[in-house]
Amino acid sequence: MAPIRFLLNGEERAVEGLHPTTTVLNHLRYSERLTGTKEGCAEGDCGACTVVLAEPDGAGGLKRRAVNACILFLPALHGRAVETVEALGGAHPVQTAMVEKHASQCGFCTPGFVMQLYSGWLNETLTDRQAVKDLVSGNLCRCTGYGPIVEAGLEAGRHEHVADGPAEARLASRLEALRGAGVFSYEGEGGLWLSPPDVDALADTYAAHPDARLVAGATDVGLWVTKQHRDLPVLIDVSRVADLMHVEEAPGRLYVGAAVTHSEAAAKLAGIHPDLGELMRRFAGHQVRNAGTVGGNIANGSPIGDLPPALIALGATLHLRKGDEARSLPLEDFFIDYGRQDRTPGEFVAAVEVPLLQPFERFHASKIAKRMDSDISAVMAAFKLGFAGETVAEARLAFGGMAGIPKRAAHAEAALIGKPFDEVACRAAMAAMEADFQPITDMRATSDYRLKAAQNALLRFCLSLRGVRTRVAEVA
Amino acid sequence: MDETRIQDRGEAGTIDPATLHEKAPPHPRFIEGGVGTSLRHDSGAKHVSGQARYVDDDPELPGTLHIYLAMAQKAHARIVSMDLAAVRAAPGVVAVLTAADIPGRNDYSPVFGDDPIFAEESVSFLGQPLFAVAGETLKAARAAAGLARVAYEEKPAAITLDEALALGGEDLLPPHTMRLGEPEAVLAAAPHRIAGRVETGGQDHFYLEGQIATAVPLEDGDVLVRSSTQHPSEVQHNVAKALGVPDHAVTVEVRRMGGGFGGKESQPALFAAVCALVAVKTGRPAKCRLDRDDDMEMTGKRHEMRADYDFGFDEEGRILAADLKHFVRCGYSRDLSGAIADRAMFHADNAYALHNARIHSRRLKTHTASNTAFRGFGGPQGMVAVERALDRIAHEKGLDPLDVRKRNFYPAMGSGVEARTPYHMAVTDCVIAEIVEELEDSSDYRARRRAVRAFNAQSPVLKKGLALTPVKFGISFTTTHLNQAGALVHLYKDGSVQLNHGGTEMGQGLFTKVAQVVAEEFQIDVSRIRITATTTAKVPNTSATAASSGSDLNGMAAREAARTIKERLADYAVRRYRVPREEVEFLPGRVRIGETELSFDDLVGEAYLARVSLSSTGFYATPGISYDRDTASGTPFYYFAYGAACSEVVIDTLTGENRVIRADILHDVGRSLNPALDLGQIEGGFIQGMGWLTMEELWWDKAGRLRTHAPSTYKIPTANDRPDDLRIALWDKGRNPAATIYRSKAVGEPPFMLALSVFSALGDAVLAAGDHRAFPDLDAPATPERILAAVDMVRAAR
Repeated sequence: MAPIRFLLNGEERAVEGLHPTTTVLNHLRYSERLTGTKEGCAEGDCGACTVVLAEPDGAGGLKRRAVNACILFLPALHGRAVETVEALGGAHPVQTAMVEKHASQCGFCTPGFVMQLYSGWLNETLTDRQAVKDLVSGNLCRCTGYGPIVEAGLEAGRHEHVADGPAEARLASRLEALRGAGVFSYEGEGGLWLSPPDVDALADTYAAHPDARLVAGATDVGLWVTKQHRDLPVLIDVSRVADLMHVEEAPGRLYVGAAVTHSEAAAKLAGIHPDLGELMRRFAGHQVRNAGTVGGNIANGSPIGDLPPALIALGATLHLRKGDEARSLPLEDFFIDYGRQDRTPGEFVAAVEVPLLQPFERFHASKIAKRMDSDISAVMAAFKLGFAGETVAEARLAFGGMAGIPKRAAHAEAALIGKPFDEVACRAAMAAMEADFQPITDMRATSDYRLKAAQNALLRFCLSLRGVRTRVAEVA
Repeated sequence: MDETRIQDRGEAGTIDPATLHEKAPPHPRFIEGGVGTSLRHDSGAKHVSGQARYVDDDPELPGTLHIYLAMAQKAHARIVSMDLAAVRAAPGVVAVLTAADIPGRNDYSPVFGDDPIFAEESVSFLGQPLFAVAGETLKAARAAAGLARVAYEEKPAAITLDEALALGGEDLLPPHTMRLGEPEAVLAAAPHRIAGRVETGGQDHFYLEGQIATAVPLEDGDVLVRSSTQHPSEVQHNVAKALGVPDHAVTVEVRRMGGGFGGKESQPALFAAVCALVAVKTGRPAKCRLDRDDDMEMTGKRHEMRADYDFGFDEEGRILAADLKHFVRCGYSRDLSGAIADRAMFHADNAYALHNARIHSRRLKTHTASNTAFRGFGGPQGMVAVERALDRIAHEKGLDPLDVRKRNFYPAMGSGVEARTPYHMAVTDCVIAEIVEELEDSSDYRARRRAVRAFNAQSPVLKKGLALTPVKFGISFTTTHLNQAGALVHLYKDGSVQLNHGGTEMGQGLFTKVAQVVAEEFQIDVSRIRITATTTAKVPNTSATAASSGSDLNGMAAREAARTIKERLADYAVRRYRVPREEVEFLPGRVRIGETELSFDDLVGEAYLARVSLSSTGFYATPGISYDRDTASGTPFYYFAYGAACSEVVIDTLTGENRVIRADILHDVGRSLNPALDLGQIEGGFIQGMGWLTMEELWWDKAGRLRTHAPSTYKIPTANDRPDDLRIALWDKGRNPAATIYRSKAVGEPPFMLALSVFSALGDAVLAAGDHRAFPDLDAPATPERILAAVDMVRAAR
């Protein structure tokens, strides 16, 4: 058993004796007394706890990303470097700009914004207004109305970040050394954390602990601890499993490893269709996209995950692994019922294989929620139609938020087959959809609205193919 | 003056002051940070570096106990039994407190005595505190609380307004009516009439820093409380009440809050009282910091309100008479609901002369958390109906809504035409017509109206809407006695100043503004002034920092304190240098005394040696206001703040999704004390108001459990909801005719209601979706779901 070794604001730390589900935020605030990092929600939705993680990028350099410390478990810092607002001193270009632009009022969200903008400054993404807004869409401010913060981000972006290559390389190798080889195993207060480095080690580790909870970014499992106060005795961290962290392009196919974060997957998915790019832009907040994984969004089986309907519509195949055995199945077959997936103990999601669109195929995705950014869908709709000439030869209409699982609309699909995708056929399919779904009423939407929005999403697809503008983001 | 030469002991007092003036006084043309400059927020640098301390950031004293509040799991029930044996026996538990453990009164209410700290015989909302567990860790306390066995006998609960009405029973507070003229007769005779209903939802404050308090036990049973509160004096009084001790035994301190918005006016007393009870009982420091979900379930919100309106008007859309019925959802207790519901009535007219009006208000009890103050304090809810009615009148008559609005404005200041509000106050300072005229021009309203029409004609799915709406907001606490404030200014012998006043800093920049006032008064750089935490030990009996009154009241009180000291300095100079008073003039950094000039610091040093008191309190009471609630008439407001906004939106008629494309704002802050801070209040208020009217939705399940109790489910605006094209300007002609601090106007709340332009624009877009044939029902928040329902309604009316 080894301590958690990491760099905190440049200083080496070796932490022992704390439960592996201790959050980074609580450790920073109450053990390290670094109180600049704030708790606003403890569920990754407000960004007040944003810190910046650095880790080796595998090519001798560093990659840096902003994450929510409130739902990040402490052992996840092992072999990584974490920077908090205290590391910036007070005269960093981001901080100077925030003061000069009057971008803080009550100041409680401010350190989170500073760190989020700092990550953007490091990665040189403070390029234009939209980029800055997207960067901070996972940070809530109740005072300013955001204008001055966005201005501060733009101002900071004018101060170039000059990367010190050799220093970064030294830091990367130092972090490699801290991490060590093999499975990192940590125990504290009766909890066990295992972090295998490759997929074979993961398979072995999981086989040895089939009751363990797999975590990557803990953007969902973190809440089991902070909100549900559940006890998680054994966790297996998949966020360092190198084999699961690749996006591979093959002819006609994209393989996305289960541990690829949403941020890393976004550009590749956007390449399949712009709607997927827009979906990924609106997927949670930036910090969550930097931690949460494609595999996690599938494996947790949520009926309201944003990616599964899109991937089901595209006809994705899920690759699972257990011990030495691998198997594959159509993604939609993985979801059996609410809270039940086709996954046996010790079996894990390894990758999802996404077919690229063919010239005769058309795709559309609509995420419908109360708020455009960082919200959970009331309805998530994704459609792929394969055409033979003018008529629909294949229809894949998949939805989230409409049933206990991500689900295809079989009746509506049948109504489209063999027809041209005109408004008549579309309306027939919309009517047929009523046989496909009996959605629930909850805080996000009523049953009636869900059904109507799902139906109208199909109409939106139909009209948009005819050049009709149907999205509020499209007009100035 | 060389400060080391002025010592507290020895021979220092024998120094001849004249020998102290070693350097020539400075001659700057202006002081740094005076009134009217865009001085940065005093804590800005500390905010961005993480050094600004909030209550939870203070180092915990050894032995600090952590408190978890156990919450009721029924909306309305009798408590049959509550078995806490397992809770008390759980590991890490130091104390368990119930109502029986309160030595004083089991109440933390601001006025009416109906907010129990811990439920006794019955529970009145799901989430109501039942008991407190103080543990060595929060985790231990929370885990122990889960071991309680509570048996309930459920009673019928009213969660919604309709359920409250159906349940009958008594209203939480007596209904109240305002009358002006002859509304019934004029309505009956009016050539045109419209009637309808509009509902506005509640709103969670979503201050980023949740409710928190700490308490340290002192000798004699006294207690020092640090609380994130807008109202230290009320927290002090409630803590003392719970402990059964005089107010003097309790000191409450607050340096800053991580946001308040009204949510930290009456509610923080609960958490402070529990902390103090634990601290006094155990002799150990205690902390109560709420988790976001518990905070949202336990604390009150903006009042949801239903307004039924009935308006009579003429051919040109001029209002002849209005009848309004308000139904206010108060939650389980009275809290501040009476004053809030009253303020909704005070603002039912917004900027329009109604001539004949009847406003009737009912304050209904529901088995939900007790709704409370929230920026605007009922005003926003009150204004919605008249704006909706004017849109409808315009629709009925085929007129542009802006023209209808303009025809109904109160007469302009100086016009000689008198008009009275429904509470019989003469509106004598109205500048709305002028502001709207300017904004109509600068926002290019007419051309954009045509462009919107052209867009809609060629866009079958997306529809745009445009609206320009005014705000007139009354400034003063309508409870007249609250319009008072105190300050305490210490001038040290080196010429530096420590400033204290009763106002609290929640991000609005109050400390900065008041420091500017004191700097201006003394004519010294603002960097010479140290702003300190608000504490009941320095300034007693304060009012809440609320009602937009912070700088109006505390700025005046601080100026009074500074003025008193300044006059003593001047008197000293007159005596010492034998010049008439008018020959003593405070210039930037220095004082002219006849033919000579001294630096400010030197004069202060001299005055100290001459045994002049350099510390003073200051006090201010707003003049000229009075209100007789029995007759619903009087002058409750010192003046009105005005502003206007023009918003353009687009809606998607397939899903109801919507977006604000552009907003133009022109707002009157009088002579601004600090334009940068004022602009910040305007933008922040506008976006917060937009959130209330478009996306922030509170949703309770049938059992009465709030299911939108965290940012995962309760959505406040993000950066992408702010229109990129947002043009905010302070009205450069603004000057408060009332003798306020440097003729400024209050700015905290009024801009919130500028967002009514967004709501009106959304309604305009829905009208366009139905080709202007039918006027839609549209309630707030106008979520995609509500907009789609409205679109379907107007299209079905074809």
